[in-house]
Amino acid sequence: MKLSYQIATRFLKSALTQTLIIILGIGIGVSVQIFIGSLIQGLQKSLVNTTIGNAAHVSVTDDDDGFIKDYEAVIRSAVDADDRIVAASPVLNASVLIEKDGESQSLLIRGFDLQRAEDIYEFSEYLVEGAMPNADGKVLLGVIARDNFELSVGDTISLITPDKRTVECSVSGFFDYKVAAPNESWCITTLPTVQAIFELEDVVSAIEFQVDQDLVFEADAVAKNVAGAIASDSDTLIVGEWKEANGQLLSGLQGQSISSIMIQVFVMISVVLGIASVLAISVMQKSRQIGILKAMGIQNGSSSLIFLFQGLILGIFGAIAGVLLGLGLSFAFTTFALKPDGTPVVPLYIDPAFIALSAAIAVVACIIASLIPARKSSVLNPIDIIRNQ
Amino acid sequence: MGNILELKNINKIYGTTVKTQVLYDINLGFKEGSFNSIIGQSGSGKSTLMNIMGTLDTPTSGDVVVDGVITSGMKASQLASYRNQSIGFVFQFHYLLPEFTALENVLMPYRIGHKTVPKETTDRAKELMKLVGLEKVMNNNATQMSGGQQQRTAIARALLNQPKMILADEPTGNLDSLSTETIYELLRDINDRFGTTFIIITHDRRIAEKADRIIEITDGRINLDLLKNN
Ligand SMILES: Nc1ncnc2c1ncn2[C@@H]1O[C@H](COP(=O)(O)OP(=O)(O)O)[C@@H](O)[C@H]1O
Ligand SMILES: [Mg+2]
Repeated sequence: MKLSYQIATRFLKSALTQTLIIILGIGIGVSVQIFIGSLIQGLQKSLVNTTIGNAAHVSVTDDDDGFIKDYEAVIRSAVDADDRIVAASPVLNASVLIEKDGESQSLLIRGFDLQRAEDIYEFSEYLVEGAMPNADGKVLLGVIARDNFELSVGDTISLITPDKRTVECSVSGFFDYKVAAPNESWCITTLPTVQAIFELEDVVSAIEFQVDQDLVFEADAVAKNVAGAIASDSDTLIVGEWKEANGQLLSGLQGQSISSIMIQVFVMISVVLGIASVLAISVMQKSRQIGILKAMGIQNGSSSLIFLFQGLILGIFGAIAGVLLGLGLSFAFTTFALKPDGTPVVPLYIDPAFIALSAAIAVVACIIASLIPARKSSVLNPIDIIRNQ
Repeated sequence: MGNILELKNINKIYGTTVKTQVLYDINLGFKEGSFNSIIGQSGSGKSTLMNIMGTLDTPTSGDVVVDGVITSGMKASQLASYRNQSIGFVFQFHYLLPEFTALENVLMPYRIGHKTVPKETTDRAKELMKLVGLEKVMNNNATQMSGGQQQRTAIARALLNQPKMILADEPTGNLDSLSTETIYELLRDINDRFGTTFIIITHDRRIAEKADRIIEITDGRINLDLLKNN
């Protein structure tokens, strides 16, 4: 073992330029793998985040009259049923028309328990003007609605209900979710405000839940648990989750992941082929040494270990070089390739587990690549070397 | 004393389609502690014979017997261990490992057979380097030495495991006559001191005459087997 290892290191040192070039080759392969992987993961995270970062992952609605009465009990059952749930908020949604100077547009008026809804919607984060509603009768509107109706903080707006009653509300602020739909048509207010407008008792139209952000893809399992737990509260409740409503996004993500894996696999294959061919040449270059070692009685196993060790050493140094290069590349990208607002053009996601996996795959690949030369070394017959002089 | 090595009816044929017979019915026995030389024209089959004696090559028919055991029945790993423990090779082209220093090369046969090198073994390697007159250059890389120095290093290496037998194929073939003389003195000296059996191929008759026994090979047959009684 020790002798094979030492011979391996001496062989590598004796052809230092060749060794460094292979290490660089492996390093570039691994760094491309790390960079592409981090890029795709980053893109996917940011895509998922824009889609569902400020939305319900799981929601409960009523199939009967559309209203849930004993909603606090339902929330309690659901939260107890699955500890992946990190936020829960009741909401009463309804449609109204906003009218000003003869122009009108429909709004989705959303009555929240603002404190609890903050966990999901982060209103204060997206508030660009004014303040949160601090009393019933005050609302927040999106920036598009503000511009369409030339509104400013403190203005009173007229909302018309489907049964043609007009209600006045005062605008306490404006939000900007950077997404058209809410910016244009959401009207956020307190739960009692909406209940009062529609002359309802203490009911909600939906309960919204968010699950831990690292577990968003388990929303279907969470939904199943929730459905089981709340069945006893009422049998008209139905549970939905974000994945069933976003099939296209999900298949897009999957396609992206597959192509990312394909790229990584092919990069690795070319690295393996490169190392295998260089090591195969190295067996030829060193056949004289292997021959004399065998004449002196080195076992075939030890002589193949020499090349496995070379593969291992090249793999380890190549992986280290690759990780450094990959992180450097990622760092450079996120530091220097910036949008005007200072955020990176490509949001990379540096996942230590993924990097460790890439490095480990590279080391294993290098050992696999050295199997053929190891085999050649094992079967090399010393007489062929001794006789040919 | 008994025979350390015996060859029985050795035939060697090279090639499968075009067959060339190189050795014909060779029968030879070598006494332990003897100093033997094999001479013959170039192409007469000396190297082929020596490679068969060293278990590096196999005869087409016939048996090689070492310590009473027929080598054809031994596994590759057993043969490797046997070579490592019992034979020291000195080839015409010294075959040092250029990636290692002279001293490391000398230690190589021991390291092949053992996991660690005790201090006594390193000391013996240094002693052998001194014996071959190379104590000053033992930390040089093999490539930084003259041909004669490399060949003497190869001899020290062949001696390290204190093998019972040294097989040398024209060990002075590419050396000047002065170096040749020194190396033969050295081999004789080792034979006297350690009782190591020597079988040396040479085409230098003057050198051969210094041996206890001269075997001449002509066209793959033993033409002469002369035992000197001194
Ligand atoms: N691999 C081989 N294939 C065919 N013929 C060979 C081979 N090796 C050696 N020979 C032939 O065998 C004969 C003996 O060679 P060798 O043992 O090297 O002789 P020597 O060492 O006495 O010069 C020569 O004629 C040589 O050409
Ligand atoms: Mg020869």
